[in-house]
Amino acid sequence: MISIKNLHASIGEKEILRGINLEIKAGEIHAVMGPNGSGKSTLASVLAGRTDYEVTQGEVIFNGKNLLDLSPEDRAREGLFLAFQYPVEIPGVSNINFLKTAVNEIRAYKGQEDMPAKDFLALVKEKQKLVELDGKLANRSVNEGFSGGEKKRNEIFQMAMLNPKLAILDETDSGLDIDALRIVASGVNALKSKDNAYIVITHYQRLLDYIVPDFVHILYNGKIVKSGGKELALELEAKGYDEIKEKFESLES
Amino acid sequence: MIAEKTNTAQVIIDKISSTSSKVNFIDNDKLSKALLYLENKGIPTNKHEEYKYCNVDGIFKKEFKNIEQKLNSVTDINKYKLNNALTIVVVNGNYSEKLSDKLILKGLHLNAFSNLDNDGKNLIGTLANVESDAFVALNTAFCGDGFHLKIADNEQLQMPIHILYVSSASAESLVNPRNIIELGKNSEATIIEEQINIGDSKVFTNFLSEKFIGENAKLNSYTFQNEGNNGYSVNTNNITLGRYAKYDNTTITLSGTLVRNNHQVVLAAQNCEAHLNGFFSTKSNQLVDNHTLMDHQMPNCESNELYKGIVNDKSTGVFNGKIFVRRDAQKTNAYQSSKNILLSDDATINTKPQLEIYADDVKCSHGTSTGKIDEAAVFYLNARGIGRESAKKLLLNAFAQEVINKIEVEELKEKILNLFENEL
Repeated sequence: MISIKNLHASIGEKEILRGINLEIKAGEIHAVMGPNGSGKSTLASVLAGRTDYEVTQGEVIFNGKNLLDLSPEDRAREGLFLAFQYPVEIPGVSNINFLKTAVNEIRAYKGQEDMPAKDFLALVKEKQKLVELDGKLANRSVNEGFSGGEKKRNEIFQMAMLNPKLAILDETDSGLDIDALRIVASGVNALKSKDNAYIVITHYQRLLDYIVPDFVHILYNGKIVKSGGKELALELEAKGYDEIKEKFESLES
Repeated sequence: MIAEKTNTAQVIIDKISSTSSKVNFIDNDKLSKALLYLENKGIPTNKHEEYKYCNVDGIFKKEFKNIEQKLNSVTDINKYKLNNALTIVVVNGNYSEKLSDKLILKGLHLNAFSNLDNDGKNLIGTLANVESDAFVALNTAFCGDGFHLKIADNEQLQMPIHILYVSSASAESLVNPRNIIELGKNSEATIIEEQINIGDSKVFTNFLSEKFIGENAKLNSYTFQNEGNNGYSVNTNNITLGRYAKYDNTTITLSGTLVRNNHQVVLAAQNCEAHLNGFFSTKSNQLVDNHTLMDHQMPNCESNELYKGIVNDKSTGVFNGKIFVRRDAQKTNAYQSSKNILLSDDATINTKPQLEIYADDVKCSHGTSTGKIDEAAVFYLNARGIGRESAKKLLLNAFAQEVINKIEVEELKEKILNLFENEL
């Protein structure tokens, strides 16, 4: 699905990703954990194509294509989805109009005709249920005045509508109460299939109780310093990041 | 500031005087005052405080060096009509009975200025003081045969009135359209004023409207300016409101090389209310300047202003919003907001709120923001597969619609939205 090799990225003079290697196959869920400032969100942003970051080395192959050569919109059209940590409010653009434009631009990229309005509305109805999103929210401006939980549910709703191959959930659990967390996780689980994959970025084990990963990677100081199965997350939860910090700081100095 | 006087006004006076006959519906005293003011003060340059960002003198000198007054007659305006409105047509400043619809609605009275009785003639210039502004003076001195429209007391017009100001010339020309609109007490009307230039030459339109909104009357007013590159205009609107009266205006400017709007509302009685909304979109070297004045003279009145602009290329947008709260105008609520998007590094926005408050128990606020297109929003849309151009369109449309959606005449709203979207 995606193959990340020796990925380095900087913002200004500061190097944040310092050689990431990650291989993800269809059907897998990978959790990326790590302390604040370790580069988790940078990884998500670089993959989605945010231009604030400069990729200085490495390559990313996504379904046979060189991802880093693609514009952000083409990455999305190829099937990459980023659930934002901080979804952006867009006053005046209705959720429905936004999604219709997105769905149809992706279809146009694939050489397909616009989705008939009736099918589109049926799809909206079906996918809204998945994240228990109120129908009224669909007609409101994108994320405007949404609570934190509604914004995150809206991200998962958009994911459901666009049906990506690879979804990156960037701290989707932050700011969620336990009920919202459960709704978001069950949405993700319902959408999981043998044909798609997930990168779940999180600080906490909590989300991983609901979205069970096949692999857990610990990102520290711009590198993946440890990988393992789902038990690694539990271990981290019990011990914290201090042990890892100490070990790698002494190693680097 | 003492404004430097140039000879532009004299040049205009000489040229226009030689081609037009004397205005016979404005009394001599006013006419000579107007000419005198114009000769003394001249056409404002950017040294003039009120025209700091709108150097009309400079534009006249550059773009109207050879005013020839070659005005065309106009025979067909059907394609500009709205389906569901009564059309009043003014061609090059003169009311055209021939092109206008028969005003079959009850309670509606229209007279060309030249047909007015003395009472009617005396109304001309009661709100627009010839000694207040060079363009009021210029219009007064060379006023076209405009019209007086009256909506009788207690009449609620069931159909909008669409006033089409058509200009057409085959050489540089200056036209001075003018009207008076009176709403009797308890009456209600929707009036659309649209300006178009259908000739192949530059026309400078110096428009003036005086509107009297009687007690408990309501005027929904829309101004649509789309004169293209040959359009240059200064538009003065003087409005006065009676007790419990309501005035709503939405001004949309989609084209015109120069568009200066002087919109002055006097809240002259208790419990009246005025809303001014504006949206403009400028390109190339266009200049759109919205100057508003809300003059709160009496207690318990409310005013609200929202002006938004999108400026591209080397164009300029100006918003100057003055709010007077006079000593007697206690319990005034007055709000003002100006928001702008710059689409190019060479585009300019000048925005200036001016609040002068002499009463102590009032609520007044103003806000202004100018920025580029929200790149965080663009990226968010990109990340959902929406390309950069579509993302920009979505965002600019949303920005504009906050104002355009205030238009309650569906046909007009659709027309403006389509024109705006096609320009994006």
